[in-house]
Amino acid sequence: MNYPTVTKITSVKTENKDGKTLLFNFPEKMVPGQFFMIWIPGVDEIPMSVSYIDGDVKGVTFRRVGEATDALFKMKVDDRIGIRGPYGNGFLIDGDRILFTGGGTGIATLAPAVEEAVFNNLSSTVVLGVKSKDELFFEDRLRSCGAEVYVSTDDGSKGYRGLASDLAVELLNKDKYDSVLTCGPEIMMKKLLDAFKDISFQASLERYMKCGIGLCGQCCLGEGLRICVEGPVFDRETLENIEDFGVYKRDASGRKVLFKS
Amino acid sequence: MVDLAIKIASLNLGNPTILASGVMDEDAESMKRVFTCGAGAVVTKSIGLKPRGGYPNPTVIELEHGILNAMGLPNPGIREFGEEIKKLKRSKVPIISSVFGSNTGEFVELAEKMQSYGADAIELNMSCPHAKGYGLEIGSDPKLVKEISYNVKKTVDNPVFVKISPNLMNIVEIAKSAEKGNADGIVAINTIKAMKIDLELKTPVLSNKIGGYSGKAIKPIGVRCVYEISKNVDIPVIGCGGITTGEDALEYIMAGASAVQIGSAIYYRGIDVFKKICKEMKNWMQDHGYKNLTDLVGVAHK
Repeated sequence: MNYPTVTKITSVKTENKDGKTLLFNFPEKMVPGQFFMIWIPGVDEIPMSVSYIDGDVKGVTFRRVGEATDALFKMKVDDRIGIRGPYGNGFLIDGDRILFTGGGTGIATLAPAVEEAVFNNLSSTVVLGVKSKDELFFEDRLRSCGAEVYVSTDDGSKGYRGLASDLAVELLNKDKYDSVLTCGPEIMMKKLLDAFKDISFQASLERYMKCGIGLCGQCCLGEGLRICVEGPVFDRETLENIEDFGVYKRDASGRKVLFKS
Repeated sequence: MVDLAIKIASLNLGNPTILASGVMDEDAESMKRVFTCGAGAVVTKSIGLKPRGGYPNPTVIELEHGILNAMGLPNPGIREFGEEIKKLKRSKVPIISSVFGSNTGEFVELAEKMQSYGADAIELNMSCPHAKGYGLEIGSDPKLVKEISYNVKKTVDNPVFVKISPNLMNIVEIAKSAEKGNADGIVAINTIKAMKIDLELKTPVLSNKIGGYSGKAIKPIGVRCVYEISKNVDIPVIGCGGITTGEDALEYIMAGASAVQIGSAIYYRGIDVFKKICKEMKNWMQDHGYKNLTDLVGVAHK
């Protein structure tokens, strides 16, 4: 039933100065790319992708950006949150050679997909894109799991200077990949989609969400596709038909908000 | 051949299943999708004069026998929503525009604008159970219901339906007031005021604490309301509340509904629930020797 199960946080990890991971028991099976609705009692309930899948233990990783994530940032072991889900479709992890491209907190969504690909003996290359090196997270985790990891920073403080999508395009020009999986700022993902027309592509999208169960219509985009049911992961064919993709999202009232380039 | 086509006021619909307000209806494309999935018409999200973000989450949860929600009338405001109506108008979808106001003037202005954007009918939301100053707070006053209906009708040519609440002792009186105000039809029922408390946290789950209950659990209440209303008014009644199967829809029709609205059932059976319900209605009618749906409207009264 789609009712929040109240559960205790079992472990808290600090990822960087504004980023943390909360771990909790959630025995239900999940695939990378799926998400939860996380209820912070008295504050809000927000959609969050699963960032750790380790048997019964699951986790979410976030950056402190608003009231809800501020409240989560302050949480300690044994504090309680409500969890419902898992929701959405998740990634289809397929192809011998996969290029993962994560921008900002999108990295959290991709991490379990990278781990699964490596576990399945698929060649996995990862681009981690952040604004500055102090926002980086999961670099060691993904390297030690066996992926080839590249870092890009907007300010050049570490690795490649520029957007993750620019670095990804360079890698795609140099080597042959079967598939691109991405999560991050929509303009970045759109650039990546448009750069190579003949490569399998999946992107995980985000919208303001309310019900999470396909009723309220808040997260709809394109031809009435619900991020919470038909998404959040869409393939190339679907994305090319979503006119809002990389252009606008909707705020809580349903008004269009343009993405800033 | 069984025929599900119906006429309500001046609206000719291919079938009697209508998307209820508040579900998959914030943008033109979603409503188009619902129409493609078999709905005979769609009701838009309830729209007010100004944009409203609605309440913080949690706004929707599933309970054992239904769905509890308190969205808080989120909407982009009439001006921006005009674009969605205009876009939707380019397809063949019959559009019923739901509006909510805090007084007669607001309702009139909203209805007039909706008509100018291309809406085919107007639904006056006088029944939202959880928004201060709107909905039920207006829809529980027979004088106001009559006055608002009358003034909206005086202003627009579109058919005007009044959606009323089950959270009232005088539901028949309210329906009669709408009829006296020249409304073209009654929509019954909106959700039922309800609450869920989480035992572990000892607190209501919805951020607004009180919400409206919809889905399977409320069907018998809706059927009773439609029966009582249709017995006492001469204008058509559109039934709403917990309709999930063709049999549910037929029960409402027998109680006196000329058409039905469907919302929560999208959760239970998918967006193509409209097609499924129509097929089930047809099968039942075929098995029982009925050709026209209109022959079944209100038969339970005889």
